[in-house]
Amino acid sequence: MAVAIILLLVAVGSVLFHLFSPWWWTPIASNWRYIDDTISITFWITGAVFFAVIAFMAYCVFRFHHKEGRRAAYDPENKKLEWWLTIGTAIGVGAMLAPGLVVWHQFVTVPADATEIEVMGQQWRWSFRLPGKDGRMGTSNVRNISSDNPLGLNLDDPHGQDDVVIESGDLHLPIGKPVKVLLRSVDVLHNFYVPEFRAKMDMVPGMVTYFWMTPIRTGTFDVLCAELCGTAHAQMRAKVIVQEEADYRAWLDHQQTFAELSGRITAMKTTYKSGGEQEKPLRR
Amino acid sequence: MSAILLFMAVIALIVGWWLAQQRLTAKPWLEEGAIGDFPGTGAMALPAAKIGLGVFLAVAGSLFALFISAYYMRMNMVDWRALPVPRLLWLNTGVLVLSSVALQWAHVGARRNDMDRVIVGLCAGGASAVTFLVGQVLAWQQLSVAGYFVTSNPANTFFYLMTAAHGLHLMGGLVALGRTTAKVWHGAEMTQVRLSVELCAIYWHFLLLVWLVLLGLLTGWTDDFVDICRRLLN
Amino acid sequence: MVDVPYGATAGIPPAEVEEVELYHPKSWWTQYVFSQDAKVIAIQYSLTAAAIGLVALVLSWLMRLQLGFPGTFSFIDASQYLQFITMHGMIMVVYLLTALFLGGFGNYLIPLMVGARDMVFPYVNMLSYWIYLLAVLVLASTFFVPGGPTGAGWTLYPPQAILSGTPGQDWGIVLMLVSLILFIIGFTMGGLNYVVTVLQARARGMTLMRMPLTVWGIFTATVMALLAFPALFVASVMMLFDRLLGTSFFMPALVEMGQQMNYGGGSPILFQHLFWFFGHPEVYIVALPAFGIVSDLISTHARKNIFGYRMMVWAIVGIGALSFVVWAHHMYVSGMHPKFGFFFATTTLIIAIPTAIKVYNWVLTLWRGDIHLTVPMLFALGFIVTFVNGGLTGLFLGNVVVDVPLSDTMFVVAHFHMVMGVAPIMVVMGAIYHWYPKVTGRMLDDWLGKFHFWVTFLGSYLIFFPMHYLGLLGIPRRYHDLGEAAFIPSSAHTLNAFITVAALIVGFAQMVFLFNLVWSLFRGRPSGGNPWRATTLEWQTPHTPPRHGNWGKELPVVYRWAYDYSVPGAAQDFIPQNQPPATQAVQGAAP
Repeated sequence: MAVAIILLLVAVGSVLFHLFSPWWWTPIASNWRYIDDTISITFWITGAVFFAVIAFMAYCVFRFHHKEGRRAAYDPENKKLEWWLTIGTAIGVGAMLAPGLVVWHQFVTVPADATEIEVMGQQWRWSFRLPGKDGRMGTSNVRNISSDNPLGLNLDDPHGQDDVVIESGDLHLPIGKPVKVLLRSVDVLHNFYVPEFRAKMDMVPGMVTYFWMTPIRTGTFDVLCAELCGTAHAQMRAKVIVQEEADYRAWLDHQQTFAELSGRITAMKTTYKSGGEQEKPLRR
Repeated sequence: MSAILLFMAVIALIVGWWLAQQRLTAKPWLEEGAIGDFPGTGAMALPAAKIGLGVFLAVAGSLFALFISAYYMRMNMVDWRALPVPRLLWLNTGVLVLSSVALQWAHVGARRNDMDRVIVGLCAGGASAVTFLVGQVLAWQQLSVAGYFVTSNPANTFFYLMTAAHGLHLMGGLVALGRTTAKVWHGAEMTQVRLSVELCAIYWHFLLLVWLVLLGLLTGWTDDFVDICRRLLN
Repeated sequence: MVDVPYGATAGIPPAEVEEVELYHPKSWWTQYVFSQDAKVIAIQYSLTAAAIGLVALVLSWLMRLQLGFPGTFSFIDASQYLQFITMHGMIMVVYLLTALFLGGFGNYLIPLMVGARDMVFPYVNMLSYWIYLLAVLVLASTFFVPGGPTGAGWTLYPPQAILSGTPGQDWGIVLMLVSLILFIIGFTMGGLNYVVTVLQARARGMTLMRMPLTVWGIFTATVMALLAFPALFVASVMMLFDRLLGTSFFMPALVEMGQQMNYGGGSPILFQHLFWFFGHPEVYIVALPAFGIVSDLISTHARKNIFGYRMMVWAIVGIGALSFVVWAHHMYVSGMHPKFGFFFATTTLIIAIPTAIKVYNWVLTLWRGDIHLTVPMLFALGFIVTFVNGGLTGLFLGNVVVDVPLSDTMFVVAHFHMVMGVAPIMVVMGAIYHWYPKVTGRMLDDWLGKFHFWVTFLGSYLIFFPMHYLGLLGIPRRYHDLGEAAFIPSSAHTLNAFITVAALIVGFAQMVFLFNLVWSLFRGRPSGGNPWRATTLEWQTPHTPPRHGNWGKELPVVYRWAYDYSVPGAAQDFIPQNQPPATQAVQGAAP
């Protein structure tokens, strides 16, 4: 009796905790509301199954616990019941999988008008790079990295010269513009993680990974590292500031380009060799 | 990961084929009684050592399939420089084939109760296997003299790693072969060694097969083959 | 064992069979230390696993102390915290759960449950244990080497695992890899035994479909482990090469702390593929034996046949096969090709179907049963609650796009602790209460057992259920200190402190359990041979605890499946597997 009640209380308590929990996802700041919706669908379906199974079990314990003279039924199988349960489960699984795959398709399909920006991780800080006036980012290579060139840009790539390099500052983004976030690491795995954006992806040395999203509200958001990267993993922080277009422009005008930073303003003259070595993303 | 998935598919087929004969759709609660009514569903009649070897071959096969998978994945990176295969490997391959043939010969001898043949086969098989290992070490030496060190390129590392893994398996086999030969030497009856001889022969054939696959991989034949398959499919 | 034709038992003097078959220990050393008896090896495996498991338990307390009260315990710094989580994870998954289920329960139960005298290769079986012990010792030694154990996380992802930004880069990671390689060699030796014993040494009449689900679970898990562990072996060897020789299997060109390193061209993702090709089947290597054992616990203590036995067997085999094609669901945000997400999300969610069927069949076994709320039954019920909970949250993480925000958060930690930490441990505990009488001849104390159950079950639930919501909030895993972040409310710290207190209480309950184990060994109520009135063969041995050779002079003959409980018309509510049918017994008596 007590056992049945406690089991039921566990089920009821879990549901109540879920409903009244003060710990819930952060208010979303990107276009990935569909991800939250998929989580909600999954919560509804799995929650119903959880409650049904545990409550049924509690009832069984209450109704069929041992009493003097009770004898269990002899009940090897019930083909029909098992088939119905299988079909029901398959439908439930499908109801979660289908929206999941649809949203994943959106997640991996980058819109053509997305602006490319770059986030680079290293132990244990973040650097950012935005395309310059030409709207393109220059190529880079880990082997170029030195104290003058912390991001390892190719010096002879003209596209790289006007790139905006933010070495130890915050990333600013304009609201409402889709961005494709290119992710690079120079040493170990990192993961560019802003809880409010929902999207995240590992940064892998030796390749360029990416995700895309559109910021939908202004504000300042914490950047954390979500892939264990060594002793100071927990301290690897930065901020992303989403602004109105005008404020963003004002900020951008104050940033230094790669050429300015490396003191090679002269390099802007006609060294038009198209492209340099580009690290190929590894498709495995 | 396609190599290991292919290997797993083969294992799944074998397991599935075996399970299909075990009456997995029977309703056991209706089948009270002695086993005599359901022939073929009892314990396997094969000797335990033979089944054990079979299972071990699956494990070793999985190991090599994983090495091959890793090889294919690593090979597509830009820094891969295939290394020239030393001619000596062809000679070594011949020696390993001889070794396998000798053990098969011993195995047939064991079935026919011909102890002399078993002794000759075991000794020839063991000697040629040792020759193969010496040849492999010489091949390593040639490569490092020519400047192909373990660390200079991943292709080199894989070459040393996979030949070493194969060699270690062969050395393990030589221990078993040595024990069998010692037993025969000390005048054991045929019934006491027949199974050991057979198991050695099976293991040798397996290692020969693995070696041929590795050789195909290291010489690049397998690539050509895979390319042709791809083209046929496209 | 020799394949004895049916009806020929009487013709062969049993003593002779025994002489050919069995190894006879000649001294105390070979009987109890270098023993080749599977039962002794099982106890050795279990005690070793428990000992190293205790270390992992203590590590979890230290981690929880740091998380619950950051800054209070000055002796735990960021490096140590990482070392603790790494060792805790690796020990619990590989050295405790895998070793306990397969080396411990597998060794003890397989020969007894299929009616064999021992494992088929006793000598190899003994070697298996000693190599396992060596692996454990090598692992434990990392606590004492310069630099301490590795802090790379139990997944050991390169490049981080072998670079100097991670603690234990000198010795810790090398010894960890060596220890894993040893473990795999030792396990392969044991695994060959478990598989071949089931295939070849079953008693007469023990068809596959008459086997208890415990044996099915352990057998399938062993087959999977034999095929999956080589992936970890390959990954470990290759990483050792990268670490010791400076090769570049997994190491791309990289700059470490401003220094250009000598590596180049390797792929960290290659390691992840190899690791998870082992790592995902590993989850089921732990889960399937638990599934099997809990089926038998529920059936025995509810006095009712397991519902849908055939479906249960097919589900075990199906889950075993499917688990080899879902590995990359651990890698949705690893940077692998996004197209893989579609495939692996689909396979992962499909595997939920056979798993759900197993859950339905467990609760349907309770339906119209005669449920004895013994301690093993309570643990089985606790298993169902925690497994259903953890299994359902798996549907979040397996569904590729849902995994994106949740991956690498405390949600993942809560999920896998619930589903492959708490749930299998519930089964381990239930199984110990269930089979302890067979191993020792005495019952474990019932009151202490119930206390242990309620504290462990409710406590673990209180630890891990709310933890999901910390992950949903966005708190990342593997942080020794949350630091300042605008999105983390102060209530999250309160919850963390609460979880820590619950963890310490659950840990304390395990000490009560250990006390019970020792106390009952001397003072427990004598149990007799079959205290639970169970049908399976291990309860029908002539001696309790079973002696060397298990069955006295004659091997048992099996006449029925493992679940003849409450058969209509039968005198008792159980019929042992080796009890001949009524009609046949009469025929047998006639001549």
